[in-house]
Amino acid sequence: MSSIAPAVCFVDVCPLDNLPLGMGRAFVIGGRSVALFHRRGGNLFAMDNACPHKGGPLAEGMLAEGRVVCPMHARRYDGITGECDQPGECPVRVHPVAITNGMVRVGIPGDGLASEGAG
Amino acid sequence: MTFMANGTLPKRPRLIILGNGMAGARLAEDILVLDREKFEIVMFGEEPHGNYNRILLSNVLNGSQDMGEIEINSLPWYKENGITLHAGKKVTRIDPACKKVFADGVVESYDQLVIATGSIPFVPPLPGTDLEGVFVFRTVDDCKNIAQYAKGCKKAVVIGGGLLGLEAAKGLMTHNLEVTVVEYNKWLMSVQLDETGGEILGKTVAGLGIRVRTQASTQALVGNGKVQSVHYKDGTEDEADMVVISAGIRPNISLAKSCGLGCNRAILVDDKLATSDPSIFAVGECVEHRGMVYGLVAPLWEQTKALAAHLTGTDPDRIYAGSKLATKLKVMGVELAAMGMISDVRQGDEVVQYSEPAKGIYAKAIIRDGKVSAACLVGDLGPAETLLGHFHKDTPVPTRRMDLFGGPLPQKLELSLADLPDAHPVCDCNGISKGAICNAIQAGHCTVASVGKATRAGTGCGSCKKMVKGLIEAVAGAIKVDPTESYYVSAVPMEKAILVAQIRKHKLKSVSAVLAQFGTSEDEKSKNGLASLLKSMWNKEYVDERDARFVNDRVHANIQKDGTFSVVPRMYGGVTTPQELIRIGEAAIKYNIPMVKVTGGQRIDLLGVAKEDLPGVWADIGMPSGHAYTKAFRTCKTCVGIEFCRYGTNDSTGLGIDIEKKFQGIEFPAKLKMAVSGCPRNCAESTVKDIGIIATEGGDWEISVGGGAGAHVKKTEVLCRVQSKGEALKIVGRFMQYYREHGKYLERTYDFVPRIGIETLQEIIVNDSLGIAEHLDQGIEEAVKGFVDPWLEREQPVYPGQFSEPIQVGPMYLAGTTA
Repeated sequence: MSSIAPAVCFVDVCPLDNLPLGMGRAFVIGGRSVALFHRRGGNLFAMDNACPHKGGPLAEGMLAEGRVVCPMHARRYDGITGECDQPGECPVRVHPVAITNGMVRVGIPGDGLASEGAG
Repeated sequence: MTFMANGTLPKRPRLIILGNGMAGARLAEDILVLDREKFEIVMFGEEPHGNYNRILLSNVLNGSQDMGEIEINSLPWYKENGITLHAGKKVTRIDPACKKVFADGVVESYDQLVIATGSIPFVPPLPGTDLEGVFVFRTVDDCKNIAQYAKGCKKAVVIGGGLLGLEAAKGLMTHNLEVTVVEYNKWLMSVQLDETGGEILGKTVAGLGIRVRTQASTQALVGNGKVQSVHYKDGTEDEADMVVISAGIRPNISLAKSCGLGCNRAILVDDKLATSDPSIFAVGECVEHRGMVYGLVAPLWEQTKALAAHLTGTDPDRIYAGSKLATKLKVMGVELAAMGMISDVRQGDEVVQYSEPAKGIYAKAIIRDGKVSAACLVGDLGPAETLLGHFHKDTPVPTRRMDLFGGPLPQKLELSLADLPDAHPVCDCNGISKGAICNAIQAGHCTVASVGKATRAGTGCGSCKKMVKGLIEAVAGAIKVDPTESYYVSAVPMEKAILVAQIRKHKLKSVSAVLAQFGTSEDEKSKNGLASLLKSMWNKEYVDERDARFVNDRVHANIQKDGTFSVVPRMYGGVTTPQELIRIGEAAIKYNIPMVKVTGGQRIDLLGVAKEDLPGVWADIGMPSGHAYTKAFRTCKTCVGIEFCRYGTNDSTGLGIDIEKKFQGIEFPAKLKMAVSGCPRNCAESTVKDIGIIATEGGDWEISVGGGAGAHVKKTEVLCRVQSKGEALKIVGRFMQYYREHGKYLERTYDFVPRIGIETLQEIIVNDSLGIAEHLDQGIEEAVKGFVDPWLEREQPVYPGQFSEPIQVGPMYLAGTTA
């Protein structure tokens, strides 16, 4: 089983309505602290909820052109790649997001035990 | 001007100035400024030119400037100013008894005489100094001769490793010669630098391809008609096709001596710069005053100023009390600053040093009786202003000595320029402040040369020209170039006035609507700025999108480094009650709040509150938000006023409370702090607030604006005085609304007020010169009416997750790897 388990496991997080427009929200998904964002225009993305710089809560950051601005020291992370705008800074880990029947689902690293029906 | 009966001018006293150099010509200028008509001025100059800036001679030698560029006063200038100049005439004798000066074919009589004969180069008594190819370096003719002779040469030796010697060496380098600098002392520039500093300089100089020989004692210059080599006492020698002797200067006092004036090392003068003959004065490098002989331009010019005031009678009691020696230089690309006598270390002195050898940076200060008695800096002049300040003013040095060497980094020059106060000295040679230069720029002087003409800044050593240029760019540049600087926010290419008009025209009431219509990019600061503007424009009609707010403004608390928040409840005027304190204490215990602190704004700060606890803490405390997290009216500090204070003259607490109750929570371009003091003792520190009010002895309230005490400290400027609390509230509100409408985003009042000008503000706010007072009053009243305590959102969060802790989903073990 473990040899064919997907590297990423999708977990139901919340209905889309629970994500405020243009903002982020913090979740703990399977023990992992994740920031989930809902861009104006509808796109979603997710990343670890800790700035690699000083651990700032990225879920509280403002969005600007698809990037999250850390509320602590204004480092910016790309919502798709997780790359930081400052040269030489670590990227933040990003996670895939899907919407199924109005339910937002986030794929996080794991063994899939709790992932019946994951896509 | 009075005329004699026969139509001629009355006979004016004749003033003769011997010497047309940095001191003599300057004295003439200083006299003309004070009184053009006082004297008939006659001058003698040995050189057949007008007056030039001797400090810049090395630039002529290295070809970066020509003679015309370093000229201060050309020959016509003397004529235009009624001065008779005998240029190129050597004075041979002074006859003090007959009050006459004798030169080649000229005799002039004087009523008063000023000797400003300067210095002559010191030529050490060595064999061979009369050989062809041996030069001194003092005049513009020396420069020309050296440059001419260098054309046929390959190797040059410069004798003397002081400032002038190094300048000569640099000049010779540009003529493609192999240059050796010979210094008798152990290190270069031994007058200005200590050994470590001199060694650092030596390394840099060597890196430029100049050979440096220290501790070298020259014995003879050798050649057959022309110089061919330099021999040293240790038996070694250097080949030399030419030699430049730069072994120091000696005061040029032969004329003074031969006419019997009292001389020591130089001509002895008193505090009025008078010599032993009451009709004869002396200034410049040729004088000895209180035991000091000066060789820097700044002291010379202090002397000429004092003497001019004294001679013209504009300030007959003016004395010259001596100068403190301080200078900033650039030698071979290395920046240096030196003040005091760095070699003068006495018992009990404290020597503080800092060194970064890899970067060629070195700083040293000698502290005597808690004051800077001498210092030198090499490679980085960042601490220069701090050190010079202590040195000149004799102020006690910081107990943390390291702070002496703190200071702006040189690469931040442009940035820090704008931050400098107007009184900050820019041109040390002439004592010209930033403010004086800015005034000249605003008056239309937009080149370095033009500013120099208007203020004299940059006309001394020239080291401040870069700063003058920076100021021109800062002051004049903002008017014409780079339109983005004038945009209200970077994401929308419009100035504030145009943006406001467009927003009104299109009835745009949300940040996203403005960005969709006019935005060319998107960034968080632009969103914050637009939110602030829209709120102030539309008040209750504003469509408040929470994603345009920074986290602090979403949860109405200030985020801390660990992701918790701080809670500051409002205490009107800084006045609280036992009941409030009990509730605060109980909440702090209930929510395990790790720190309870009194703030600088007379409030209580609860630090370390988790986001999800915010609504509970607010509810338990039962006080409104203190807005200690946002660009809004923060606090109004008060003193206890007449209620309890023995000195209080008016009800400062009452007014402070009224102000705070009225204007609480109103947003501004930047945070806004206030204070009301009940007497001129100003215990509430009203003079360093955005708006400060002080009760006067006569029963008035004095309202002043534009102060601050954060990264910058600035005193407020007085707007007006009023007689009642009601009037005070009105004026304060009117100023607030004008600032809301015209302040740039994040522009504090200490920048806003000087930008508009206090007189203009008085006209608009107090005298209603634009007829907008009613509009302003209405605007602020609407904002007041629109106030809702943001902490009431505790009852009903306005978006999902506003105050909730992270939601747990998925099995706990998922993130692990166990199968």
